[in-house]
Amino acid sequence: MGGLLPLIEHGIKKPVWDCRMCGQCVLHSTGMTCPMTCPKTLRNGPCGGVREDGHCEVVPEMRCIWVKAHDRSQHMPLLPRSWREEFDHLRPPVNNALQGQSSWLNLLNGRDRVTPPGWAASEAHA
Amino acid sequence: MSPTSPNAFEVLCQTRTRPVVTAEFPSFDGGTLDDIRAAAEKLAPWVDAINVTDNPAAHAHASNTAMAIALTQLGFNPILQVVCRDKNRLAIQSDIVGVSMFGVQNICALTGDDVTAGDEPEARRVYDLDGPQLIKVATIMGTGMYLSGRKMKTAPHLFVGAVENPTAPPLEYRAERALKKVNAGARFLQLQIHYRPEQLEAFIAACVANGVAERAAILPTVCLTKAARALSFMNDSVPGISVPAATIERVATSVDPKEESYQLVRELAEHALSIPGVAGLHITDFRHDDSVRRLTEDLAIGPRFEEQHAHSA
Ligand code: SF4
Repeated sequence: MGGLLPLIEHGIKKPVWDCRMCGQCVLHSTGMTCPMTCPKTLRNGPCGGVREDGHCEVVPEMRCIWVKAHDRSQHMPLLPRSWREEFDHLRPPVNNALQGQSSWLNLLNGRDRVTPPGWAASEAHA
Repeated sequence: MSPTSPNAFEVLCQTRTRPVVTAEFPSFDGGTLDDIRAAAEKLAPWVDAINVTDNPAAHAHASNTAMAIALTQLGFNPILQVVCRDKNRLAIQSDIVGVSMFGVQNICALTGDDVTAGDEPEARRVYDLDGPQLIKVATIMGTGMYLSGRKMKTAPHLFVGAVENPTAPPLEYRAERALKKVNAGARFLQLQIHYRPEQLEAFIAACVANGVAERAAILPTVCLTKAARALSFMNDSVPGISVPAATIERVATSVDPKEESYQLVRELAEHALSIPGVAGLHITDFRHDDSVRRLTEDLAIGPRFEEQHAHSA
């Protein structure tokens, strides 16, 4: 199971979203645009280096994935409102231990929502 | 300064009894403590705090932590810039707790220019945390624990801020991103250098509307340069800065480009300070003359001005 599911998931998500198998998928909250394809792997919006034409600081021929994500989260048809609103949520640091695992499995068993205790404590405060 | 009570910069960001003024410390590639002191003495009388940078534009220099400790020990008030490019979350946390033991309190969190902007583009980029996550991690550390939840011996007093770029796309999203940073714990925002007054105005108006301007001290940034060449260079080579062709032209065709460069910055600064919701000014200086002094005097801002104010009152 541990071996097959990641393969299937990657097989589907790689061609469509250029999935990097971070194991903690947030596509729904980022306008169905994978933040792990940002050269800086930013999970919380565009860096300050976006070019005037909306292209990436690092890869000038590529449109900034966060410009694309923002655009889509606003305008993509059929995207549920709660997903649009989640765009502004603060996404926690990537759990690098989940790299390569199936995010579907981690969604079902809740592992993708486990944050470091310090982070969790401050969320509980807020 | 007691390491547990707020420093003057923090107090001013919160009370806003006059405009806050900060400036960027030059990068060092060797030298002695005396050189650091000399550079700090040139800046300190005119500003409330001094930013020590963290390998700006992805070039290696003397470390941000070493410079912040040096400035604190010499009696100055640094703002430690921390970028996400070079270190993972463990290294960043140990840097912050380390400098806090020397009395460094002000932390400014940035994503950081990519390695491709620097002179070692073959370096590994890290970005284990992103900018908003780093703000949150520093804020958590101020409560006396690491990200893991492990307790520190004592909670460091930290005043956390960030940077936002008011002139980078998507323009209409930048104030929302600023809000995300404020929600993560940022209490001051030093903006990226700008040459587009109308874009700055729109950004600040949105920050007033969404509450950012009230919750964090917003400091727009101006950059002192000497010639049109510097403006073209920034436009072409510095990520996130665009300079209108007309602005470059204005300096290039003037009879005295050096003076015109100054006047341009003075106008940008005056305009920025006139926008409701702006708490002060951040200055970067590539002229290395007495322009920081001249600018703060011309605009009547900074600690000197407060003293004069107090005497005449
Ligand atoms: S410009 Fe956009 S895609 Fe490129 S590094 Fe910055 S946020 Fe990522």
